[in-house]
Amino acid sequence: MSFALETRALFDRLAEDCFSQCAAGEEVTLSLVAEEQTYLRFNASRVRQSTDVRQREIGVQFQANGRKVDLGLGLTGEFDADARALRSALARGREESKVLPEDPWLVPMENRGTSEMSHPGRLLAPEEAIRLFTETTAGTEFTGLYAAGPMLRASRNSLGQSHWFDTESFFIDYSLYTVNEAGENKAVTECYAEREWSQAKFASGFDAARERLTQLRRPSRKLAPGGYRAYLAPAAARDFVGMMGWGALSYAMWKRGQSALAQLKDGTAQLSPRFSLRENFTLGLTPQFNALGEMAPTELPLIERGELRNWLVGARSAKEYGVPGNGAEEVPFVGEAPRSPEISGGELEQARALAALDRGVYLGNLHYLNWSDRHSARVTGMTRYACFWVEGGEIVAPIGDMRFDESLYRALGANLVSLTRETHVLPDVGTYFCRSLGGMRAPGMLVEDFRFTL
Amino acid sequence: MEGLRDMTSLRFSPQVAEFDPLRALGRLRAMADWVGLRYHCETSQVRAARDGKPDSNRTDQSRGAMLEAMADGQIAYAGTSDLTPAGVERAMHRAVSAARASAKNKVFAFGEAQRPRANGRYASPRRQPADRASLAELSDLMIEASRRLKVSDKIVSTEASVGLTEVESRYVTSSGTDVAQEFLYLTSNFSATAQDAGDSQRRTLNGDVARCLQAGPEALDRDALLAACEQVGREALELLAAPDCPNERMDIVLMPDQMYIQIHESIGHPLELDRILGDERNYAGWSFVRPEDFGALQYGSNLMNVTFDPELPGEFAGYAFDDCGNPATREYLIREGKLLRGLGSLESQARLGRPGVANFRASSWNRAPIDRMANINVEPGSSSLEEMIAMTARGIVLQANRSWSIDDYRNKFQFGCEYGRLIEDGRLAKVVKNPNYRGVTTPFWNSLAAVGRREEFEIFGSPYCGKGEPSQVIRVGHAAPPCLFRDVEVFGGGA
Repeated sequence: MSFALETRALFDRLAEDCFSQCAAGEEVTLSLVAEEQTYLRFNASRVRQSTDVRQREIGVQFQANGRKVDLGLGLTGEFDADARALRSALARGREESKVLPEDPWLVPMENRGTSEMSHPGRLLAPEEAIRLFTETTAGTEFTGLYAAGPMLRASRNSLGQSHWFDTESFFIDYSLYTVNEAGENKAVTECYAEREWSQAKFASGFDAARERLTQLRRPSRKLAPGGYRAYLAPAAARDFVGMMGWGALSYAMWKRGQSALAQLKDGTAQLSPRFSLRENFTLGLTPQFNALGEMAPTELPLIERGELRNWLVGARSAKEYGVPGNGAEEVPFVGEAPRSPEISGGELEQARALAALDRGVYLGNLHYLNWSDRHSARVTGMTRYACFWVEGGEIVAPIGDMRFDESLYRALGANLVSLTRETHVLPDVGTYFCRSLGGMRAPGMLVEDFRFTL
Repeated sequence: MEGLRDMTSLRFSPQVAEFDPLRALGRLRAMADWVGLRYHCETSQVRAARDGKPDSNRTDQSRGAMLEAMADGQIAYAGTSDLTPAGVERAMHRAVSAARASAKNKVFAFGEAQRPRANGRYASPRRQPADRASLAELSDLMIEASRRLKVSDKIVSTEASVGLTEVESRYVTSSGTDVAQEFLYLTSNFSATAQDAGDSQRRTLNGDVARCLQAGPEALDRDALLAACEQVGREALELLAAPDCPNERMDIVLMPDQMYIQIHESIGHPLELDRILGDERNYAGWSFVRPEDFGALQYGSNLMNVTFDPELPGEFAGYAFDDCGNPATREYLIREGKLLRGLGSLESQARLGRPGVANFRASSWNRAPIDRMANINVEPGSSSLEEMIAMTARGIVLQANRSWSIDDYRNKFQFGCEYGRLIEDGRLAKVVKNPNYRGVTTPFWNSLAAVGRREEFEIFGSPYCGKGEPSQVIRVGHAAPPCLFRDVEVFGGGA
């Protein structure tokens, strides 16, 4: 039996057992995060570490007497042992609910229906992946991470709600390195992610990356701090706009004085009518239900032609502030955050991006972004990987690493010149605690007077 | 926290099957040239209040084993939460199979020298264990703290949270290692956000995540904490009324709750040997430090003394052995400004041929160990804070980190702080909001002009140091006194 089928059978049995233990006035939501992953870490085309992980974590939200207690447990996979542990978690929730104060913003459980989504894949066996990557990339500085296997998410509650999502996929996220004519390390990065392995697609991306690497062999151009016309390739645009996921679009954070888009809301700052951002679950990268089992709208405009259309509102924020919720996930530290965002494309043909840039900086990737002044939506970060100085629409030389410090209101406001017509799906390759789902669809962006500071 | 006995305690002990790591290892010994098993059980409690009301009550337990197999000089790993004999055996089969499949293309031929035989115990210092702490009393303290933070109607949001985490770790190997370590971690966060006339300012007690210790709940001194929360609320209002930080080059005094992140990003990460070896260059990045820099590079001024110190009582990342069984001892990384050794354990030391420390650490049972920071401290000097201020004609005292960023070689950094206070002609002057500063690592540390005394040395840390592929967050500790740096680029906020 596959990991997904085995886990689903276990989860369903545990849910039935757990719900049968609920006394009158008690309700329980169970959420599941599970994966069976092969992680292969490469350095210079050799295997640095191989880690196989098989894990199932169950979340329990227990409600009684106007109180809420959240518990989490790892599952062994053996029903009797897991049912015993789950029953003791339930008992713990019951005990805590008797001593904790009442929760004024408790969201009563509901049956929010059922859904089911399954995306089977065709993946390499781990031994085959090791052979293939080391052979194909031999003699290069190929360095990065391959992750492959099923990822599962589920939510059920004692009122009958039931949602299931499983997907089987892989990514190979890697970099290639060279030393340029001035003795500096230079690199390009590439990511291939799908549900079905294709050697031809991997080889094509690898060959293209090697080709790009040759452009980095010229000595770097040292740029003086200042404002430059800049083209942010889709990965750089994703990272820059992705800062909006750090609380900027969260209704709760706005109410608590911590949204970077507060000035957009109150009309003291503007974004360009060229800029639109929405949640779009048709990308199929992540389940539409959140940990409580609420279904988000399939599409939800967030910023439309520069105007703030919707905040992301989780159920608890909706209860506390008396506004309608929209099924958003609430994330520690950042409030509600987008899960499947899409930046709308514009009019610029991607093939003409360098010509449109004419003279300025091509930014392939950014690194280590953070707010430098949240209230002004100002973001700092670094350039990384393939970033070039361009003149007359032609690449002249790579640039040395530069620090930027720029406001979303300027770069996505009056200084946003155009966006590319083509947009690219950039999957989330995060692997903290477990492999991440989700990603973003982004175009490239041409920006005037992008500020570099160091 | 002494007192209530008729209560639900913070100890959570779900009914789980017993697991004996040594017995499990006995069934695996013959499966590879060498095998290891690291059992990890982590139980965490978070209690949070917001605006005087309960916000979150969360308890988690994660329990599993990481199996290690060495075959033909290659070590591979398999982690599982299935601790039945069959589950552990299946995981070991996967580790063995991966080790054999990748041995032909390994980065280095490892042996038992990288997994030395070790035996020992460690337990975090504590006066009060988790089962003697009252859940109700702790929840009440967080609610009261969030009330005290709201010193005015202009405070639009207050938050108070505490986390108590118990970790039981046992590492056993076929070469006779048996290391048992028990940790008790205490974290706490308190914040107030003030808003008026289109501006908002957030002030926290020492920053969002810096209050981290190995200690029991006795470290939460109710009266002192509530008084500190009121001060945080008042300072949020003070910032709301303050002018923006000026844009100019000036001297800066970093207080310990900002020093911790300066140490972390511009000393800790660049000294990690696995970064220098390139393992990390696809994710967190490489390092400007080259192998030949050890013993040669003048990293900072001769006032700069930096240690790896797993032995400082109460600091967040103390331990007796790292996760390959290497005994952890205090070592100087930088002495009188000169770089002496890096942060890498036995695998990296063997690969690079440079001295290191015992810092091969995994975040949990589901991740393989890699070179991590632990406790990295700037040792005390001889200047008082008062003397540093007096010796500054134009400068700023900076407290509590709120923003951090550095390039992938760890050169060009930029930090933002919550609270700045200008120094004019050797005296403290007005408070300014949105203070930031930026610089380049070695010139910055070479501008170190004074180091605070032992009396002003404070311990902070973070539960969230991210690194690795697959990625893992790990606990780090950083202790330092206030330090004075000359002629730094300082600037304020605004679009």
